[in-house]
Amino acid sequence: MNSSMALCLRGVHKRFGNTEIIRGLHLEVTSGERVAIIGPNGAGKSTMFNLISGRFTPTSGEILLNGQRIDGLKPFEINRMGLSRSFQITNIFPKLSVFENLRCAVMWGLGHRYSFWTFLSNLKDANDLAHVWMKRIRLDTKSDVLAMNLTYAEQRALEIGITMAGGANVVLLDEPTAGMSNSETERFIELIKSVTKGKTLLTVEHDMGVVFGLADKIAVLVYGEIIAYDTPDKIRANLRVQEAYLGSLQAQGQ
Amino acid sequence: MASNSPASPLIPATWVWLGFALVLLVAPWIFYSNLSLTMLSQMGIAIIACLSYNMLLGQGGMLSFGHAVYTGLGSYLTIHALNAVSQGHLALPVSVLPMIGGLAGMGFAFLLGFVTTRKSGTAFSMITLGMAELVFAMSLMFSDFFGGEAGISGNRVVGQAVWGITFGPQRQVYYLIAFYTFISVGLLYALTQTPLGRMLNAVRDNPERVEFIGYNTQQVRYRAFIIAGFFAGIAGGLGALNFEIVTAEVVGPARSGAYLLFTFLGGATFFFGPILGGILMVLAFVLLSEITKAWLLYLGLVFLFMVVYAPGGLASLIMANLRVLKHGRLLDLLPSYLGFGLASVLILAGAGALVEMVYHQQLNAALGTDLPFAGIVLNSADPLTWLTALGLLLVGLLLFEWVRQRFALRWSAIHSEMAQSQGISP
Repeated sequence: MNSSMALCLRGVHKRFGNTEIIRGLHLEVTSGERVAIIGPNGAGKSTMFNLISGRFTPTSGEILLNGQRIDGLKPFEINRMGLSRSFQITNIFPKLSVFENLRCAVMWGLGHRYSFWTFLSNLKDANDLAHVWMKRIRLDTKSDVLAMNLTYAEQRALEIGITMAGGANVVLLDEPTAGMSNSETERFIELIKSVTKGKTLLTVEHDMGVVFGLADKIAVLVYGEIIAYDTPDKIRANLRVQEAYLGSLQAQGQ
Repeated sequence: MASNSPASPLIPATWVWLGFALVLLVAPWIFYSNLSLTMLSQMGIAIIACLSYNMLLGQGGMLSFGHAVYTGLGSYLTIHALNAVSQGHLALPVSVLPMIGGLAGMGFAFLLGFVTTRKSGTAFSMITLGMAELVFAMSLMFSDFFGGEAGISGNRVVGQAVWGITFGPQRQVYYLIAFYTFISVGLLYALTQTPLGRMLNAVRDNPERVEFIGYNTQQVRYRAFIIAGFFAGIAGGLGALNFEIVTAEVVGPARSGAYLLFTFLGGATFFFGPILGGILMVLAFVLLSEITKAWLLYLGLVFLFMVVYAPGGLASLIMANLRVLKHGRLLDLLPSYLGFGLASVLILAGAGALVEMVYHQQLNAALGTDLPFAGIVLNSADPLTWLTALGLLLVGLLLFEWVRQRFALRWSAIHSEMAQSQGISP
């Protein structure tokens, strides 16, 4: 086992009733790599993220984070071990302000746990870090705005902020640009690139432009299996991928 | 932060707390009759109980149907401790006995909460309901501890008087309660400004996401539940000292329901809402129940009305109007409020007369057909009286709806104007 292996999936299966959604996933992600997961609808991309992040438990197989087993652990345990995720459907704290959203996100990582003997206003480290993240996701002018009153694009940025602010080294982004216009997507990709610098990144993405621009490696997921896992150039040249996925996508585009 | 502090944008926090302390201090000199003193004492207790309940409901999104378990068991442990002091088994001053109640509430919350807080949402509510029934059923089984039908009584005038304070006179008990109220309100407010307090809000808003930022939602709920149990127990302990008798109804479902109802009426979304709720609770239980036999019916109607038209309770109504006042547009709403006032009087007169006549016919028919109502005498046998009452009610309801529609338009116009002037939404 390579020590620089950030994330490793070995023979992961997931069955819902009689339906097998994930059928033997193998994937190794080196520390610091950016991996894009692509595949047709229903291929199991979101299920794969749910398995890795602890939302679902695999039916069989192993998942390792930095060499340690995480399959079967609770989401918060996995998060504490250094893995964080965002959601396809915006998943923030609607009745808390932007600042509070981010402060909640940094608190566990800074060791404040369930403390009820210190005032939030005295937690300099948490407040400073929350401010830093507010700047990074360009919401520093909206500090006191309740998250539910943000625009959609701002909520997406906050979603990324909450995901990243905890300081996890392995990050899963589930369709971060879902529902955004083209110009918004472009700016958003820049944001994602800047905030995920140096992190191991897995992302599910439909926009091929984004995928080829962002990823070091691409994994193609079809019917619960990874049929190809390689650099973008090689994926583009891969006949099997073209048949299974890219071709049909181009056909859709025309 | 702003969303939780009491009226912070208008008055500095220090003044709010000083004002609160002042109100607690002078209240028994303004309302000095025996009845007022009893009511003020009960208000202090109800305020602590409702605030501790709102830590679950408003701050944690936990709809508990069994909060009286913790106030009630706090009461029982306190009265037993008081009796132990009387018999010389326990050497504690009476003034610290509510702490016994607090520890009892905390202990039971620690035990029972371990089960209830494993779940959230509907399952949580159902389990608390089950726990409440369980404890109430036990209160009828173990009469040594719960005192059966007669309850457990005690005498708070025991032990050495410290600085001449015997806790004989009601005013001395009031000040003890006021002291505990001030400290409890302060601590409960402080809790909303701590990491646990904020994560509790996060768990209320979106428990799923909380799990993905490293927090165990169950632990957040459990810890909050234990703390709420502590303050509930304090309230219960003060109740035991105040009444010097504890009966099984203090752990009963009706009491739990009252905490829920009045916390909601006061307003669960603002910290000070349950304070209003606690005051209303005592006013309703002591005064309204004196005025009419049908008080629970009116209470239910008011509750329904609030759930439909003002789900944020009294506190949110006040805060929303304060914002309009700050914006300088409250005067524009005055006609609507006068309209609401008139409609309410009509509805109250009509519905009140109908309800009272029904009650009179069912319960007091032997006393004749006449009954006094708001300074006049109604003849409950005369169809005209019924028709008049019905007419008043209908006119009142129509007027209410007419005013409400106009008010809604004006209100939203003012609010979009306010949003624009601030550049952002509220």
